[in-house]
Amino acid sequence: MMTPGMVLGAAFGYLLLLFTIAWYGDRRAAQGRSVIDNATLYALSWGVYCTAWTYFGSVGRAASGGMWFLPIYLGPMLAMLLAWMVVRKMVRIARTYRITSIADFIASRYGKSPLLAALVTLITVVGIVPYIALQLKAVSAGYQVLTGPSAAPVTAWWKDGTLYVALALAAFAVAFGTRHLDLAERHEGMVAAIAFESAVKLVAFIAVGAFVTWGLFDGMDDIWARTEAIPELRTLLRLDQSAASFDYAQWFALTILSMLSVLLLPRQFQVMVVECVNERHIRRAAWLFPLYLLLINIFVLPIAFGGLLHFGPGQENPETFILSLPLASGAHWLALFAYIGGFSAVTGMLIVETVAVSTMVCNDFVMPSLLRLGRFGSREGGDLTRLLLNIRRTAILAVLMLGYFYFRVAGEAYALVSIGLISFAAVAQFAPALLGGMYWRGGTRAGAYGGLIGGFAVWAYTLMLPSVAKSGWIPAGFIDDGPFGLTLLAPERLFGLAQLDYLTHSLFWSLLANVSLYVGLSLARSPSAREASQALLFVDVFRRGGTEPVFWRGRARLDDLRALAGRFLGPVRAQALFDEHAREVGVPVPDLVADARLVDRVERQIAGAVGTASARVMIESVAQEEPLSIDDVLEILDEASQLRGYARALEEATGELRAANEQLKSLDHLKDDFMSSVTHELRTPLTSIRALSELMLDDPEMEAAQRQEFLGIIVSESERLSRLVNQVLDLAKIESGHAEWHNADVDLRALVTDAVRATSELFREGDVSVALDLPEAVPLLRADPDRLTQVMLNLLSNAAKFVPRAGGRVAVTLRDEGESLAVSVRDNGPGVPLAEQATVFEKFRQGGDALTRPPGTGLGLPISRQIVDHFGGTMWLESEPGKGACFAFRLPLRPDGKAGGNDNGHESADR
Amino acid sequence: MGTKVLIADDEPNIVVSLSFMMKREGYEVLIARDGSEALAMIRAEKPRLVLLDAMMPGMTGFDVCEAVRADPEVRETRILMLTAKGRESDVARGLGAGADAYITKPFSTRDLAARVRDMLA
Repeated sequence: MMTPGMVLGAAFGYLLLLFTIAWYGDRRAAQGRSVIDNATLYALSWGVYCTAWTYFGSVGRAASGGMWFLPIYLGPMLAMLLAWMVVRKMVRIARTYRITSIADFIASRYGKSPLLAALVTLITVVGIVPYIALQLKAVSAGYQVLTGPSAAPVTAWWKDGTLYVALALAAFAVAFGTRHLDLAERHEGMVAAIAFESAVKLVAFIAVGAFVTWGLFDGMDDIWARTEAIPELRTLLRLDQSAASFDYAQWFALTILSMLSVLLLPRQFQVMVVECVNERHIRRAAWLFPLYLLLINIFVLPIAFGGLLHFGPGQENPETFILSLPLASGAHWLALFAYIGGFSAVTGMLIVETVAVSTMVCNDFVMPSLLRLGRFGSREGGDLTRLLLNIRRTAILAVLMLGYFYFRVAGEAYALVSIGLISFAAVAQFAPALLGGMYWRGGTRAGAYGGLIGGFAVWAYTLMLPSVAKSGWIPAGFIDDGPFGLTLLAPERLFGLAQLDYLTHSLFWSLLANVSLYVGLSLARSPSAREASQALLFVDVFRRGGTEPVFWRGRARLDDLRALAGRFLGPVRAQALFDEHAREVGVPVPDLVADARLVDRVERQIAGAVGTASARVMIESVAQEEPLSIDDVLEILDEASQLRGYARALEEATGELRAANEQLKSLDHLKDDFMSSVTHELRTPLTSIRALSELMLDDPEMEAAQRQEFLGIIVSESERLSRLVNQVLDLAKIESGHAEWHNADVDLRALVTDAVRATSELFREGDVSVALDLPEAVPLLRADPDRLTQVMLNLLSNAAKFVPRAGGRVAVTLRDEGESLAVSVRDNGPGVPLAEQATVFEKFRQGGDALTRPPGTGLGLPISRQIVDHFGGTMWLESEPGKGACFAFRLPLRPDGKAGGNDNGHESADR
Repeated sequence: MGTKVLIADDEPNIVVSLSFMMKREGYEVLIARDGSEALAMIRAEKPRLVLLDAMMPGMTGFDVCEAVRADPEVRETRILMLTAKGRESDVARGLGAGADAYITKPFSTRDLAARVRDMLA
């Protein structure tokens, strides 16, 4: 056993650490360097799902039900893996409309209804306060396990450590949960602390698990084997606990329930939606969070069975095995660490839950009543920001104290033990209204009311009331016999449905009532304009790119809006809001027009502070609004989509213009490059010709041999010039489509043979062997034989230039491919470097380096390619550097369309 | 011993004419066929002047010019850049790289000779 001082000291030391982390997180946020802008920390903060109910309760459930602790975690895992898009949509909607709680979300969707917000808040408080009490109980129970039963049950409330824990947590929540007035702003310090707590509880749980599995036993196999050996425990290893077969319905119900609760619990909404820094983190968190759940559940069964084996069944409370096992084995420090782990599970839940619930209580219970009072009415009164913050702080304290009170009154009652699932079932009632509202435009406010009230009523009757009765607070007779002896209405066997366990039974009837009423009432009456417009904004939140329609018509005075904003946002933020709007519109603040867009903007900002429903009421009070009809909504939507259409068309047109401009520029650039290259190629031979001529002219006495050499150079450079001029003109003609084509039936085999013969002198000079591989005969081809010969000569002379000085080999092949004929000229030269392969067919790209390069214009290949293209064929290069090059072309036998050229006698003879 | 002049050009026939001219002017002529050979020769032989073709494969005349100006050993070498591209941007580029003068091809042999004489005066 440990001394109370030690346990209390550790607990408060831990709280101090939390304060430090949160303080650091907030300080970093103020400096603009967020610590929580990180998918892993975001996922860890989701771990607030695992409360004391997980930390202690899972082991308890496993000790009595084996695998039955699992669905509570399977649900969230499935939910995140399958439905992360739902979370993303929730985040996007909440961000866009500055929604800060689940009550706000539902109320806003159904036309910003204050009454609906109040209803959701009511259900939440009723469902969640006992859950908060449960957490406080865990603190106190754990404390008793650690310090031993000697500590007499505390009777005087002021001596109860749990109260001080609750007060400390209230202080934390006030300090880090109500920093900003605008709730849509994140509480970075709080989230950082929560992520830290998730890490602590995970490490603590795994540490105890490892200690039990490998310290007290010989691994998991050992635990299973020993459990199997004890008849009372053997059944725990099987899924089907009772004599009856496996209860699929209950397993399914639990999974669905926890799937919904991970989306709908107020604290999950807070960490997942309100505190989301970056939508992109959701994808990563959607698999990290299931991984977290998996890790924290690995050791549940070993600890449960280990405890049962160690103490014997029924000897110790399984819920505190995680503390009592290390303690009984003398591992006091581990027990203390395990307690801190459980403490972190409790505090994390309490902090986030109270911040979330107090937001609802403040915005949806207190504010609407206050605003109705004259003093807070819209037109008079000063800055309300301080008052707002104080209301929220009071709400936090009140929620926690309510939980504490419940714990004191019902600490040992059945109502508290089973409250985890009962709370889950309560928030599950939000599912139809919330999920339906996000994906179904047809859902209406009446439907939401009906569904929520119906579902909640059935929940209260079939789940809450029996749990109260089982605690002995009201006579329990009605559970079995039904009220007034009407067994048909027995709360756990409604209408004789007795096959299901009480939870599945309740979930079945409550959700059935909920969904039927929601859908039925929604279909029964068409929605009002406001409901319809909000439905459009929610369901299509991803469809609008920046230009969203504003469903508001009316008149407002700028001064009224400014005064209103000032009162709810404080003068500084209000001024910033109007400044920003003025900057976007492009007029100074005093000249702003209070149009729909500005009104909408102010309303959203106020919504961040007091909730959408109250913000709506406030705006209504300062503006003269025109009631919208459904037609108006459609008209506004139409205008918005037209605007979007115009914007898109304009964007497309701009894009096309830009592309055209780029193309022109690049064409211009190409032409420029071509001219520059031609100039260079022309000037080079001219330079030699001019220089040498001048030199001879200046020196009539020049030796004959010298003169002869110079004249020789001049002649060859002149030839080079004329060759170049001819080829440039040739290329220009082909490219512009003015070339002459003298088509005839060509025997490509004969043409190739002739070309090789014509270049044989070239090859003989270089001692190059030429191998011909030709079929016996090939079909005739309609083309210009002179042009094709030009192509062949170009390829052959290129090959001759690039083969090695000794042992040069060139292979020429011709293939009949049925539809086409293919010719290739392969050499064993150095090949074409990879970098140049793409440009080898461009103009003035000569291969090799200038020193060894044989004379050429750099136009041969481009011209050849143009010729082959003209006849509908293709020319390409295959080359591996170092292994020679193979230039090849393929000509179709029956070119389609025009590719044959002007074949019809139009050709003249001037070639 | 005459003044050393290096001719750097990848066109053999232009080299023929330039070297004839330079010899006629009484200079000792060195010849390089590409940029890197030219730079190596400048460092080894330290010619007083280089007739440098701008467009050589591999290391261009501009590159050589910059390398020379960056090398304290040969920084003072006079450089006359020759180019077959006559665009303004090419002239600017040559002078930017640190050439002392710039002549476009084809050139007048008399002008070139006079220019070289001036630069070596």
